[in-house]
Amino acid sequence: MKIHEYQGKQLFAKYGVPIPKGYPAFNLDEAEAAAKRLIEETKIPVVVVKAQIHAGGRGKGGGVKVVKGGPAAARETAKQILGMQLVTHQTGPAGQKVGRLYIEQGLDIARELYVAMLVDRDSRRIAVIASTEGGMDIETVAHDTPEKILTFHVDPTVGLAGYQARELGFKLGLTKDTIGKFVKTLQALYAMFVAEDCSLAEINPLVVTKGNDIVALDAKINFDDNAEFRHKEWAELQDKAEEDATELEAKEAGLNYVSLDGNIGCMVNGAGLAMSTMDVIQLAGAKPANFLDVGGGATEQQVTKAFSMILESDKVKGIFVNIFGGIMRCDVIAQGIVNASRALHVKVPVVVRLEGTNVEIGKKILADSGLKLIPADSIKDGAEKIVAAIGGV
Amino acid sequence: MSILVDKNTKVVVQGITGNTGAFHARGCFAYGTQVVSGVTPGRGGETFDIGPKPTTIGAKIPEGAKSHTVPVYNTVREAVELSGADTSCIFVPPPGAAEAILEAFDAGIRLVICITEGVPVMDMIKVRRVLEQKKAEGQDLWLVGPNCPGVITPGECKIGIMPGHIHTPAVTGKPAIGVVSRSGTLTYEAVGQLTRLGIAQSSCVGIGGDPINGMDFVDVLTMFNNDPKTDGIIMIGEIGGGAEERGAEYIKAHVKKPVAAFIAGASAPAGKRMGHAGAIISGGKGTAEAKFRALEDAGVKISRSPAAMGETLASML
Repeated sequence: MKIHEYQGKQLFAKYGVPIPKGYPAFNLDEAEAAAKRLIEETKIPVVVVKAQIHAGGRGKGGGVKVVKGGPAAARETAKQILGMQLVTHQTGPAGQKVGRLYIEQGLDIARELYVAMLVDRDSRRIAVIASTEGGMDIETVAHDTPEKILTFHVDPTVGLAGYQARELGFKLGLTKDTIGKFVKTLQALYAMFVAEDCSLAEINPLVVTKGNDIVALDAKINFDDNAEFRHKEWAELQDKAEEDATELEAKEAGLNYVSLDGNIGCMVNGAGLAMSTMDVIQLAGAKPANFLDVGGGATEQQVTKAFSMILESDKVKGIFVNIFGGIMRCDVIAQGIVNASRALHVKVPVVVRLEGTNVEIGKKILADSGLKLIPADSIKDGAEKIVAAIGGV
Repeated sequence: MSILVDKNTKVVVQGITGNTGAFHARGCFAYGTQVVSGVTPGRGGETFDIGPKPTTIGAKIPEGAKSHTVPVYNTVREAVELSGADTSCIFVPPPGAAEAILEAFDAGIRLVICITEGVPVMDMIKVRRVLEQKKAEGQDLWLVGPNCPGVITPGECKIGIMPGHIHTPAVTGKPAIGVVSRSGTLTYEAVGQLTRLGIAQSSCVGIGGDPINGMDFVDVLTMFNNDPKTDGIIMIGEIGGGAEERGAEYIKAHVKKPVAAFIAGASAPAGKRMGHAGAIISGGKGTAEAKFRALEDAGVKISRSPAAMGETLASML
């Protein structure tokens, strides 16, 4: 799960990662009031108006603007950004609509660094990654100048040790005026990472001000979805406008769904088989409209919901149901398909491949339903049949 | 021989009184696995109705067959001391799953198989750290999972949630294949294909779909490579991470047996989590293409389609 920059900064503040003063704004009046308040509080006439969307690269896309003309000018800038369709290298060509702003004080920046923490699968620990090249796209830095990426890992029983943070700070060129603040910042970030169950916490840039302060100018935080059960507060941090409506609907029904841009709807049990079903559709020459894993223990209601969601999608020209029942029983799948098909008119060809637990009962339910379904006896057979049924590609 | 589990394996099921734990404890017992006890804190002293047992392993159970019971203990240590369990199968829900694994480690369990899906990554980082510590201290210990289907040696022992009947037990004089996979249903798919081709399986290990887990490809490949009863290997990976590439390195250096591989997710877009927490391409790393290349370079025969895993391996025997 992703959250907005301003929400990330509220977490930073809670754990002691220094941030500039700033206020979120949901409309122009709030934006103007925030700018006025900031200028009064900080005695700095400069504010920054920042679009709050979950994708990176906002600055280049025109979603971050420095304003020097006071609250009225901030309002004007906010007017340009709020509601715009912000396109960045991470949003895709359609962009993401800006529904929230963050108004922040301006800073006198001396240096821009990059700092991130993430779960490193290879070392099975939390990795700290840093670079002197703050403010840049870090993947480009890693690709072009890998020697400028510094990394170390944290022993979970010890935590982030002071010496590790110091060593990193000195390598980044920090001096005795700033090193202590840097160590504190890094340790605060680590404490937050662990306690809040993050999977990524990125500060790009972490700035050194001309007054020798260390300040997080940005905050990108992802949470580990598996830890949702112990973070009831995440529900309030979620911005539903940022998420795919169908994916959200699926999630609420306990299904794993990802929207894709093809036209063959898939309903599969198991993540690996669902991914392979997409692959095999692609090998047969067509493109999947979605990834959908109904999971191992789906109920008839969940299967009905899943199949309805695919039926209701306008882009779907054909459906491939691919089930290898282990825990998932084929009769439950079959009944779900029948229920959904009775409620909604089935206008597209449907290929069904059932195998595994209770397969005979499942096949009988489908046969008795009178629905026009195309049976398939393997994953390959099914993919070829559905591609043929929609008239090829 | 086989790897990890056989007919002598004695299993304690942690979380045996929960719905899922109860269902699958009975499923394993019905296959013929020696499920000797269960653990549910606070329910110690009860007995658990584990259902009927087959006359021979993997055989169908006649209607009306007599039900058996196993003792329920409060702690894994009691299960080890009193029922002789050497292997644990965990169905404890995510909030308590990591604790359950640590408890099994501490009780001297040799093989811990954690089926639970949705264990927080932060918990697994700690578990992994303890696992490495205990192994460094010389404890004979393996963790499989979490978020996995389990381990089966067909005809001997099934621990986990896989459908037992699709498997084919090894017989002397005929080749048997080891299957190792990050995905549950794809393991069944591969096993189903082998069985249809009349090829037996020595053991099948689902290592799970999480970013941080216990045994990885290298661990299981090493065991299959050293197992005289395994004549070939099917390896099933997914996009995300570098475990398949490390497996490829190991194969290149050590494995002479035929290996066929499939990687799921060639058509998946970057940056999207494909169901499994571990199945995500990030920063241009972990793509199916990169994994196919590494495996091909190691002499592994690639099945580009998930439908051809069995025949790809069969063509190498």
